[in-house]
Amino acid sequence: MTLAPERPAATGTRLVDHFEHGLDAPICLTWELTYACNLACVHCLSSSGRRDPRELTTEECFGLIEEFESMKVFYVNIGGGEPTVRPDFWEIVDHAVAHNVGVKFSTNGFRITPERAERLARTDYVDVQVSLDGATPEVNDRVRGAGTFDAALRALRHLRDAGMQDTKLSVVCTRENIPQLDRFKEIADEHGAMLRLTRLRPAGRGAEVWNDLHPLPDQQRTIYDWLVAHGEGVLTGDSFFHLAAYGDALPGLNLCGAGRVVCLVDPVGDVYACPFAIHDRFLAGNVRGEGFGSVWRDAPLFRELRSPQTGGACTRCSAYDACRGGCMAAKFFTGLPLDGPDPECVKGNATEALAAVAGGTRPSPSQDHSHSGPVRNAPVPVTIARRPPASPCDESPVGPGRDPLTTG
Amino acid sequence: MLEQPWELNGSVAIRPEPFGALLYDFTTRRLTFLKDPRLVAVVEGLAMAPTVGEALDRAGVPAAERAGFDAALHRLAEQRMITRRTA
Repeated sequence: MTLAPERPAATGTRLVDHFEHGLDAPICLTWELTYACNLACVHCLSSSGRRDPRELTTEECFGLIEEFESMKVFYVNIGGGEPTVRPDFWEIVDHAVAHNVGVKFSTNGFRITPERAERLARTDYVDVQVSLDGATPEVNDRVRGAGTFDAALRALRHLRDAGMQDTKLSVVCTRENIPQLDRFKEIADEHGAMLRLTRLRPAGRGAEVWNDLHPLPDQQRTIYDWLVAHGEGVLTGDSFFHLAAYGDALPGLNLCGAGRVVCLVDPVGDVYACPFAIHDRFLAGNVRGEGFGSVWRDAPLFRELRSPQTGGACTRCSAYDACRGGCMAAKFFTGLPLDGPDPECVKGNATEALAAVAGGTRPSPSQDHSHSGPVRNAPVPVTIARRPPASPCDESPVGPGRDPLTTG
Repeated sequence: MLEQPWELNGSVAIRPEPFGALLYDFTTRRLTFLKDPRLVAVVEGLAMAPTVGEALDRAGVPAAERAGFDAALHRLAEQRMITRRTA
């Protein structure tokens, strides 16, 4: 999606200033259709694995699509879990397209057969985004699971051979794959796909591996320089606006859109401020009760996010106008105050605060659908194990304990 | 352009917003923002006006601001958000 403001003359107000007050409907809505997943990636944002028995029914999904249409939500990003494991997945996609709601769906590629690829290539308004987190099986399969590199590449081939246009190859940037950025671009180019790079967020199971996988300081600079060099040729979903503090703004909005231009609808119909903030703290309401439009317009949480924000300590920083304090979810899940610097602040302003929360005051997850037993393709973390508890009190005696060897 | 008939591209939808509107082209997936409510009125009025100049008049755009609106309409034309009316 290209964001380009048009105005008759310079009127002094930037588009982001308008966006801070919120739009009448989201322009970038993520809809996670199911918590069920055939994989168990170590950094899953939504701690997916098992289906939730309360997930929206087919009829409820159809109703939600019709509400999106009436609100002129032109486009939704469907994810999960692995959305294609829902038996009614293709029916839901067809219903969206028939109601002028374009779909981009994220998949690990396992279910993109040649026949399915042919059908996708014939459908307007449907985009496919294949996830790959390493440009080699060694790097990828360590976080996504055995055989997942091959499955993603197979899906990309099927889509290319079917003549699918504009497939996205989506990569979460990690300490291990940042040296492979050029190779990712080659893989995308070889398959007629568009590369999309996003930021590793400490949300969901990602909180457990963030310390080991988030980019090192010099790698942040590598990502920034790489993005500047490739400009509009690479998508980012506005992931890296915290890096704008290095200098020039990156293409995109460079604004936290949570509750203002973006939101997330989860499989049970809960509406969260953004896809990286699945936690009670950012829960605005549920589509089953009030309907989506009412939650979007009137939820107290969203009204709060649309009111003027204080930058806290960041307002004294020369880069505040560029990075706006960074990502709310990244701060929250690392235990940092929301009105202070991003944990990956390029000026290093979060270092002391991060060290101070190392004692174990990070928020505990408010949901976890991780597989509780062995998973066929589960990653076997050798060096990437969940962070050991800093103190015995760090482990809840009644919480859902997870064994890193079986669930990652 | 001012003397020609134009219209919103058939694949483009308009969504009103507090600051003006956003345009979405279902074919190119491109999103564009109109940051002036008068520009929204001009774009919406194109199809019913014999010429672009007439649409500007009907939206109450004063002569002194024509150049800015003209430039904005040209950018929308380059993006094919608006197209020349042939019929």
